[in-house]
Amino acid sequence: MSVLHIAEVTKTFSGGTHAVNSFSLDVADGELVCLLGPSGSGKSTLLRMVGGFEQPTSGRITIDGEDVTHLPPERRPTGMVFQSHALWTHMNVFKNLAFGLKLRRMPAAEIREKVEAVLELVGLAGYGDRMTNQLSGGQQQRVALARSLVLEPKILLLDEPFASLDQHLRERLREEVRDIQQRLGITTLFVTHGQDEALSMADRIVVMANGKTEQIGRPDVVYRDPKTPFVAGFIGTMNLVEGEVKNGHFARSDFSFPLSIADGPATLAIRPEALDLTVSETPKAKVHRVTDYGSHGLVDLDLADGTRLKSMVAHPDLFRTGQGVDLEPRAVAAYRNNQQIFRS
Amino acid sequence: MTSLTLKRARPDWSGIAFAVILTLVIIGPLVVVATWAFTEVWRYPNIIPQKFGFRFWGQTLGRPDVWNALMLSLKLSTVVTLLSALICLPAAYAFARMKFPGRDILFFSFLAGHAFPKFGLLVAIAAIFLQLNLIGTFWGVVLIQLVGTLMFMIWIPVAAFQAVDKRMEEAARDVGASPLRVFWSITLPQAGPTIFAAVLLSFVGTFYETEGAWLIGAPGIRTMPVLMISYINNQMVIQYGAVLSVLLWVPSFIALMFARRVIGGGAFARGFGG
Ligand SMILES: Nc1ncnc2c1ncn2[C@@H]1O[C@H](COP(=O)(O)OP(=O)(O)OP(=O)(O)O)[C@@H](O)[C@H]1O
Ligand SMILES: [Mg+2]
Repeated sequence: MSVLHIAEVTKTFSGGTHAVNSFSLDVADGELVCLLGPSGSGKSTLLRMVGGFEQPTSGRITIDGEDVTHLPPERRPTGMVFQSHALWTHMNVFKNLAFGLKLRRMPAAEIREKVEAVLELVGLAGYGDRMTNQLSGGQQQRVALARSLVLEPKILLLDEPFASLDQHLRERLREEVRDIQQRLGITTLFVTHGQDEALSMADRIVVMANGKTEQIGRPDVVYRDPKTPFVAGFIGTMNLVEGEVKNGHFARSDFSFPLSIADGPATLAIRPEALDLTVSETPKAKVHRVTDYGSHGLVDLDLADGTRLKSMVAHPDLFRTGQGVDLEPRAVAAYRNNQQIFRS
Repeated sequence: MTSLTLKRARPDWSGIAFAVILTLVIIGPLVVVATWAFTEVWRYPNIIPQKFGFRFWGQTLGRPDVWNALMLSLKLSTVVTLLSALICLPAAYAFARMKFPGRDILFFSFLAGHAFPKFGLLVAIAAIFLQLNLIGTFWGVVLIQLVGTLMFMIWIPVAAFQAVDKRMEEAARDVGASPLRVFWSITLPQAGPTIFAAVLLSFVGTFYETEGAWLIGAPGIRTMPVLMISYINNQMVIQYGAVLSVLLWVPSFIALMFARRVIGGGAFARGFGG
């Protein structure tokens, strides 16, 4: 049973940067929560405060009810995996993994047993004698993970651990980490700015911007029902159209759509897969480019004023560049003053 | 492709010239001195000595003051280097990793001490030492030579510590190491080759140091190089000085061999930022 509780944590750096701004989050036992946000949104700073590498300016962090806010890293039950893996290059793999156990004065035989077990777990059985520079990038990252896991931390912290790896390897390691995490039932906080990483791994996603939470929720919910235009634009591909609502109609250029909300400015959000196209005599938009991905196609469109929209279509061969098309959104959300005010 | 092979085929004249000049400047005088050390008779118009032999080696090595000076120099260099490491390495770590008021000024002062003519500084220090009764004593010379090593033993290790990946240190804290343990088990080994180079430089530098040793040490303390200088100044026989200076190459040579064995060629170059 390990739960992480972050309450109203703020971090202001000496230069005056508000890296994290009154941030609160509860992570349940065995849960994997992804912190997702653009560069500079305070993800690493938050993670480093949980690990003890930064001191919060205010707020409290507790693990299993114990206040750890002011404990140094070596006295916290957390294990951190760094983006640059940060393996100790003057030690071999075995010594990297054994270092923390030795500090705990564990007998040598037991250390050997544990290290071998964890190497097995990350798929590197028999690699103990290798020096770290004799490993591939993926193997190094696995050792870094093993180095944290071998100490059985209550909370596992990962800061973009796969950022330096290629796409293929990243996907494989992502699955492996998720498997291991679920098998061990270890409470995990995972930082990434890759949305597909967050969507595929997380039990819950925290979307951050400017050191604050924009939205917390299950990945599918955040994807289907973004609560702010920022989240709508950040997760997945989204058409965000600024326009005016008048007499129950949203309008932008030639494009209009019935929308029963109060008059005034609004931002309409439409997923490409929820925007249908029909070839039309009275076109609202012109096809700019058609991309055929085999399984589906993506059509780039321009409204009369140049606003670019994307539509996912089942039969891309029906459309040609320069063609006039009519637009039919199947599902939309509307935002005003950074709040969702309508969803269909 | 053709241009590439052409380029490589053409000898790099400036490089060769540089190597030749360097060889002449460094090796030339060494050869002359070494030749003198094994010469018994060498009169003016001849290009090579008339008679080689070990006569002056026997005479030089037979003198007790040479042996005393050698032992004293080794002892001095060892003590100074150890003390310097003890003082400078933690200080260098502090400069590299910590922020404290006056850090930059203090750091700069180590450099400034070496920017002024050294002899003037030494005279001033000698005046102070005279008051403290340190003139002509072992510890007086230790103190003055310690000052001489600060430069190497602060600047090089600071660079070495700064080059150590901070994340590695944090990862060690993360698995439960105290700050002291991190320094001992992670930072020091990571910075090791470079720091070893600095220690070596300060040992050899101290061994050959003459100005401070002479000014503070005379007359009671006579190090090997000081002895050599007095031989060269006071004796008409060139061979005494030559034999001593060849003897003085021994510590450099041992140090270099030791350095190669302990840290290997690659690491040595890396230590100097190569
Ligand atoms: N040690 C520091 N001193 C001063 N400002 C800092 C420090 N560390 C981070 N910051 C600032 O805090 C803000 C948040 O940084 P942080 O590293 O947490 O972002 P991030 O979300 O992890 O970004 P990325 O995705 O690029 O890693 C940034 O504006 C950054 O410049
Ligand atoms: Mg970051």
